[in-house]
Amino acid sequence: MIILQIILFILIAPLLSGLITVIKNYLRMRKGQSILQPYYNLVKFFYKDEVISETASWIFRVAPFIVFSSALVASMLVPVFIFNRPILPVGDFIALVFIFTLGRFFLALAALDTGSSFGGMGSSREMFIASFVEPALCMVIFAISLQFGSTDITAFSGLHPITVSSVVAALALFLLVIAETSRIPIDNQETHLELTMVHEAMVLEYSGRSLALIELAAYLKQMIFFFLIAQLIFPIGLPLGNFVQVFLWSLWFIARIAVIAIAVAVVEVNLAKLRLFRVADFLGFAFVLGIIAVVCSILGA
Amino acid sequence: MLNLLIERFFLFDPLALFFLVVIFIISLPSFIYSFSYLKGEYPAFKIFSAQILLFVFVLSMAFVVSVSNCLVFLIFWEIMSLVSYFLVVFDTNNERSIKAGLVYIVMTHIGTAFIIAAFMILYNHAHSFDFIAIKNACSVMPQRTKDIVFLLFLIGFGTKAGIVPLHIWLPYAHPQAPSHISSIMSGVMIKTAIYGIIRFVIFILGINTSWWGILVLILATITSLVGIIYALMERDIKRLLAYSSVENIGIILSGVGLAMYFISLNLSYLAVFSLIAGLYHLINHAIFKGLLFLCAGSVYKATGTRDMEKLGGLIKKMPHTAVYFLLGAMAISALPPLNGFVSEWLTLQAFFLGAFNAIGGSKIFLGICAAMLALTSGLAVACFVKAFGIIFLAKPRSHYAESAKEAALPMRIGMLILAVFTVIFGLAAALVIKSLSGVSSSALGIDISNMSFFLNSLRFAPQIAKNTYLSTPLLALLLVLFSVIGFVIYRVFGNRRAVIYKTWDCGYYKLGPRNEYTATAFSKPFRIAFSFFLLPYRKTQKIRESFYHIKSFTYETHTTKVFKKYIYNPLFAFMLKLAKSMRKMQPGSIHLYLGYIFITLVLLIIFMERF
Repeated sequence: MIILQIILFILIAPLLSGLITVIKNYLRMRKGQSILQPYYNLVKFFYKDEVISETASWIFRVAPFIVFSSALVASMLVPVFIFNRPILPVGDFIALVFIFTLGRFFLALAALDTGSSFGGMGSSREMFIASFVEPALCMVIFAISLQFGSTDITAFSGLHPITVSSVVAALALFLLVIAETSRIPIDNQETHLELTMVHEAMVLEYSGRSLALIELAAYLKQMIFFFLIAQLIFPIGLPLGNFVQVFLWSLWFIARIAVIAIAVAVVEVNLAKLRLFRVADFLGFAFVLGIIAVVCSILGA
Repeated sequence: MLNLLIERFFLFDPLALFFLVVIFIISLPSFIYSFSYLKGEYPAFKIFSAQILLFVFVLSMAFVVSVSNCLVFLIFWEIMSLVSYFLVVFDTNNERSIKAGLVYIVMTHIGTAFIIAAFMILYNHAHSFDFIAIKNACSVMPQRTKDIVFLLFLIGFGTKAGIVPLHIWLPYAHPQAPSHISSIMSGVMIKTAIYGIIRFVIFILGINTSWWGILVLILATITSLVGIIYALMERDIKRLLAYSSVENIGIILSGVGLAMYFISLNLSYLAVFSLIAGLYHLINHAIFKGLLFLCAGSVYKATGTRDMEKLGGLIKKMPHTAVYFLLGAMAISALPPLNGFVSEWLTLQAFFLGAFNAIGGSKIFLGICAAMLALTSGLAVACFVKAFGIIFLAKPRSHYAESAKEAALPMRIGMLILAVFTVIFGLAAALVIKSLSGVSSSALGIDISNMSFFLNSLRFAPQIAKNTYLSTPLLALLLVLFSVIGFVIYRVFGNRRAVIYKTWDCGYYKLGPRNEYTATAFSKPFRIAFSFFLLPYRKTQKIRESFYHIKSFTYETHTTKVFKKYIYNPLFAFMLKLAKSMRKMQPGSIHLYLGYIFITLVLLIIFMERF
């Protein structure tokens, strides 16, 4: 079951990025790439030569594996098929955040490792954004777990009533996910201009298979966060009954994540990138939403 | 005779034993390390005296945490402070050491004065200096007196612990001492103040109002935030570590403060749990901060500088030290599966459980404190990415770093021991927590025999929240497993060619160390985001040859030390002014002095008669 879940995550995750790009192109009335482009990219990276900087140390070589494995471990923490108990008692929502931090820590070090000023810039900015994401994320986790009685992710899996608190928390989480997955208005995945790139600057020196692993990890992270938001506002039970019902269930299962992806795409098309120092305000707003979610859960709404 | 002495003056309860373990776990590696660290730096007789001082220092700390009498406690507390003062000014030729020592000894004695005042009030009520006698007397003490004693203790021990705004001495004194001493000072000595708070406030005074806990929590939150923001701005490795100690004291105090708060709310199981979190972070911080200071010492010995901007690329010159520093940095950044992660997780969990069981506004209060703790941990990650990245990665930024050599064997052994502990205390979390629960419950005087507590399914026998879980061994196993899978995928599939080539330089062809990101540049976004508190200012100077040609350009950026500028400097100025006006009383006439003595005597006689 657990292996199935991970394979499923790896298979679906790039599709979400493809979907977002397709929707963005549709909204901009462009004729863009196929929805499968992220897969082509991954395959392409695997067959490219890899260039490693001569300044780099073992940190640079090890970082992709750690980033990759942290994303995989994180995807194990998310309950997909079993709701009432954890598949493996590894950790809860708080642990999930720290596991992602592990990956980010090594990526930021690897960026500094090559001695390029792009890398330093990227890692400095990434750490800046990440450290402001943290309090708001903590507030959201607080709101969710106050409502469901535990910081465990399985607590809000399965069918549960949708409350004002969980909707507000989901909204705050949505803003944070934009920052975590380096999307407009916080960051821009499409840019390679030194003034605007954050995450891209950090992985600038990576190429070939290492880049493929890092990209895959980023897709997985995005998938996990979308999944959590979907879990909050579109609760879903277990598939029951005959084949048709299971089929409908799987459709809804994928559609609700796609809804989040569409929302992200719409936000990306309609907003301009913020200045780096305005990011704190943006994330401050998410923080305030988190507090509102806590207040709502106290009021029982 | 000896038995009698031990019975009369010592108290070896679980709390004392725990602190003894902390003291020796850090002191032993530091002692091994010191052999080759001191060699070559100082003349032989000085090394000998340093070892003697170290021995007395460790012994005095051990006595501080195990005596059971206020007077004896004070004596050892004072010995500890004085010996550490001598160790801070050990570099007697260094002007900065002397100044640091002065700040340290003044601050620490202000703290001691408050502790003495508290002891005097307690003695007045208990008519004894014995802990147990005082504890018994405290149950009938009026609340007003208790509040005053609590505040006195908080200021007194807070000075030693480095609670903001009493932290002022810490970033001066800790970096100036030899590195193995810094590791003991930061790792252990400031923890004796936490011991003081737990022993005297929680154990002896007893808690029955909620504002004590709230006050400690607020102070802890401010301390941790201020500490880490200053640490981020630092470019001196050891000062950075010292500021980060301020931060970690804040996190430890969060656990202690939560415990105090929960006692007043009658959530006794949660109080035990929070104190476990606090104590766990205490021992963790001792381990990784000790380790980081030892690593910083190795870097200093190898390069002769503590300025991060002059370092870089040391991972190739000092591979062992780099690994140890990396482990320490990961642990302090609370990255799984190392020890810092477990205690940070426990502290956040304590906040959550508290909020779940508290009512109304206190939920929001605890939530905001937890969020600030999360911000602190986010900033700590950034801070240690900067520290490790700038010191060890990329190309050497100066000749200091280029000529660095790996540390000698005893130094490596010292660091290795502590590095192994960061892993062990992460993986064996369940065992550690089990033994800490005994310490915590005995300190709080709460019976936990019907409380079951397992980490891999966090559960309380009296149900206070739904279950949650954390298993660091499993987490570590999975991380390793998936890394290996990633590596296998990497090796087996695709094109296996990897080219070693220059870093991309935009076609500039001259990418050198000067192009690298610096520590100051790394912290720039933070400096701007926290500019309301840091009040940064810059000095630029252009030397022009003509209007169009600038010959040289210097740029400096500084941050204002708010507490020093707005609290301490006016205070010292006032003190000096006061001293000057007092000088008029001393004109040098012996007759006048005799007059003073006579007047004092008369006043004292009246005082004794009346009161």
